[in-house]
Amino acid sequence: MSFRTSLGIASALAIAAASAGHAQELSGTVTIATVNNGDMIRMQGLTADFNAQYPDITLEWVTLEENVLRQRVTQDIATRGGQFDVMTIGTYEVPIWGENGWLVSLNDLPDEWDADDLLPAIRDGLTVDGELYAAPFYGESSMVMYRTDLMEAAGLDMPEAPTWDFIREAAAAMTDGDVYGICLRGKAGWGENMAFLTAMANSFGARWFDDDWNAQFDSEEWANTLNFYMDMMGEYGPPGAANNGFNENLSLFQQGRCGMWIDATVAASFVTNPNDSTVADQVGFALAPDNGLGKRGNWLWAWSLAVPAGSQQTDAAKAFIAWATSKEYTALVAENEGWANVPPGTRTSLYENPEYLEAASFAEMTLRSINSADPIQPTVDSVPYTGVQFVAIPEFAGFATEVGQEFANALAGQQSVEAALERAQALTTDAMESAGY
Amino acid sequence: MARAVTTQRKIINTTFAWMVGLLIFFPIMWTILTSFKTEATAIADPPVWFFFDWTLDNYRVVQERSDYSRFLWNSIIIAGGSTFMGLLIAIPAAWSMAFVPSKRTKDILLWMLSTKMLPAVGVLYPIYLIFIRFGLLDTRIGLTVVLMFINLPIMVWMLYTYFKEIPGEILEAARMDGAGLREEILYVLTPMALPGIASTVLLNVILAWNEAFWTLNLTAAKAAPLTAFIASYSSPEGLFYAKLSAASTMAIAPILILGWFSQKQLVRGLTFGAVK
Amino acid sequence: MATKASRAAARLMLAPAVILLLGWMLVPLTMTVIFSFKRYLPMRGGDLGWVGFENYVRFVSSSAFWPAVQSTLMIVGGVLLITVVLGVLLAILLDQPMWGQGIVRILVIAPFFVMPTVSALVWKNMFMDPVNGLFAHLWRFFGATPVSWLSEASMPSIILIVSWQWLPFATLILLTAIQSLDSEQLEAAEMDGAPPLSRFIYITLPHLARAITIVVLIQTIFLLAIFAEIFVTTQGAFGTRTLTYLIFQRVLESQNVGLGSAGGVYAIILANILALFLMRIVGKNLDR
Repeated sequence: MSFRTSLGIASALAIAAASAGHAQELSGTVTIATVNNGDMIRMQGLTADFNAQYPDITLEWVTLEENVLRQRVTQDIATRGGQFDVMTIGTYEVPIWGENGWLVSLNDLPDEWDADDLLPAIRDGLTVDGELYAAPFYGESSMVMYRTDLMEAAGLDMPEAPTWDFIREAAAAMTDGDVYGICLRGKAGWGENMAFLTAMANSFGARWFDDDWNAQFDSEEWANTLNFYMDMMGEYGPPGAANNGFNENLSLFQQGRCGMWIDATVAASFVTNPNDSTVADQVGFALAPDNGLGKRGNWLWAWSLAVPAGSQQTDAAKAFIAWATSKEYTALVAENEGWANVPPGTRTSLYENPEYLEAASFAEMTLRSINSADPIQPTVDSVPYTGVQFVAIPEFAGFATEVGQEFANALAGQQSVEAALERAQALTTDAMESAGY
Repeated sequence: MARAVTTQRKIINTTFAWMVGLLIFFPIMWTILTSFKTEATAIADPPVWFFFDWTLDNYRVVQERSDYSRFLWNSIIIAGGSTFMGLLIAIPAAWSMAFVPSKRTKDILLWMLSTKMLPAVGVLYPIYLIFIRFGLLDTRIGLTVVLMFINLPIMVWMLYTYFKEIPGEILEAARMDGAGLREEILYVLTPMALPGIASTVLLNVILAWNEAFWTLNLTAAKAAPLTAFIASYSSPEGLFYAKLSAASTMAIAPILILGWFSQKQLVRGLTFGAVK
Repeated sequence: MATKASRAAARLMLAPAVILLLGWMLVPLTMTVIFSFKRYLPMRGGDLGWVGFENYVRFVSSSAFWPAVQSTLMIVGGVLLITVVLGVLLAILLDQPMWGQGIVRILVIAPFFVMPTVSALVWKNMFMDPVNGLFAHLWRFFGATPVSWLSEASMPSIILIVSWQWLPFATLILLTAIQSLDSEQLEAAEMDGAPPLSRFIYITLPHLARAITIVVLIQTIFLLAIFAEIFVTTQGAFGTRTLTYLIFQRVLESQNVGLGSAGGVYAIILANILALFLMRIVGKNLDR
């Protein structure tokens, strides 16, 4: 072999190696803060696939319960602690943090990642001034999940788009001994009972603030919302509902204790999974209820992955995000766990995939729910804020949690609805004043 | 025991004491039992006691999800390290207050204890900012130092009460024999104080092991101890009692075992010399 | 007895502990005090300038303040009461001759080794859950409607959880104290025909006074700082929001560092009033 040919081969190899991807060039340790939800735990289990592509990137997982996670990442980002390279955050945080310049723009993710495939509602929620600041891992709205067998036994027929009055009637008919007609969130927290109640209030024509940022808990619409909720839960809800959040209700529903459950669309794959759910083949879906005012009580949320601006591992972190939110990841989960278990609600292509539509009976209703949520104009009357089940201002998490505690108190029977609303009004006004509105 | 006791009375005492003991221990026992059940058995009504298919599956699942040994190792380092560092500072301080008391000794002691009343949440922001400045976030050394500070007052206090019980004449005698300060501490005092030091160490290891505010807020991945381990199992995902129990058992087992083996020292350690 | 040289050496040995603790206390405390006079909102750009006493006024005038002080005192008081009373009874029981005393003692002190987070989680889910908890099973067995403990009886539930954790501590200290009680004295009293109750009141209880003081002092320090138990169980809802938790909400959930810092200063003042009060008593006892 002549010197020249061997040189030629060597350079050809070098080119081949380079084009095989700058994958190998990326190295370092990426620390990921995430929630202990089923989909994220699954992602953690599939790390091997990522490492096959990027052998030199080490992934460090910090998996925490939702409340602890929120507290940790907020604290860290607000002080530029730089402890995490990837943070799991939602549609509430992204616009606020993005605006503060705390997140790295993801506009430069590779073309194969296909940003245009993202569901428009979700993508809009994660974009600030044209910059995509987080990649959606799964997206959700809320809808009614109900037991088809119990509905039939009650002699009722669930419409595709029920009203609140029908839900109440059905709850009354389905409540029987061990089965509670309706399970709803009662656990205090802006992401727990207040997410549900804010979305529900929208359909009752209520709103958090008027155009001048005055709190509206003294309005009749809020009183109607809360009274309806309390009455229905008091008569047909499970005991201790004031401690039930998403996970608690999921567990109740899977055990066959709930006739209906209005909650996140992602729950659909858990309640129809025969491994976890005792009622897997008896679940039907419908849009979140309305009151004929033009708004439904469904929200919009996406658990998303973002890179904080202080990260030292921006490129490796982006590589991870591109992997975890890609179509290939979806296919990987489908291969391992079946199509019904892939993270839903982020990409148009998923809802055009016949295999998915075949496996996931809830796909169509999920997509319709997501598309019908309107974060820009969430309420019947006009409001100065965006966000369906939240108000996208930094103070919201704090005062909404406190309002949620007042409402949970009322649900537990420790105070009247009037007292709860009065205190909610007072503390929201106070918080807004101290924030300088 | 000087009092004559009838067998009958002893039987009553024994029965009653065992009932109370088991009642207090019951939550721990139930947790350990549940950790060997399947998720479905864990919530069975009526509850299943001993006769079920014992399974190690929950432990396997928990281990797969979070690498237990890493959290355990961090817990050991942080609890052990902070206790060791604390000893280095607390022993001289307690020695000096016990053997060369001044008018202000008691004030200093009480002041030290009062620093423990600083509400952690109130100073979280400052501490976090300081940690960022010195690059201490998510490091074992940073956490070790914080826990050392938190427990230092208790350590000084305990050691002080022990040292005070050591008779001064022995030191006088040693001094007569020409022992210097160094020898005095090393060869006379330390052996006599060893039981007290052991108790102090124990109590502090337990307190540091169980500290759940700073350990959670100042760590991410590298320095996270068992308190962070448990924080990823604390909300339900479907049925979760058995997994929660397994994770709980893993988190408390090391310290439970340590505590049981050394309960004699601990009993002494907890008295703060105030009860003889 | 102490020479000048040894006195100097003693000071030198005391110095590191004092200086370090002083630093540990003063640095964050100074920062907290500075923050408390500022409008400090990390989500809105951080330090937004001085505002005088505004945070202090706002913190106290908030409708949450007095209930929080009240809850704090209730939890501390309730737990102290339960642990001291049951602790004395348990200590007397464990002091009686019996078989397997060592094992019983191990069973009784075990809860002290359990992480607060773990114990709160176990109680909340496996015992107090109104559907699947053991208490619910028990209630249903007797045909009663299960109680949702953490919302309907939130304060007693939290006091129960915390008392369970601290009862071993109280029992151990009191047991040691009882064991040092001169049994001849008791026997003499028994011979004189003193009934058990008056023997307890006139001999045992005075003997325990000092140990009880220690229990109260040490526990108060730890109980004022209770956080994990509330964070895990009710998150401050249902009237269980303590001062510590209120500050947590202001600082972390609302990200209002100025306001939270003002709350921190109040908490420090409250803690020190309590401390002063307690230390007077303990100080007197320690002098013996």
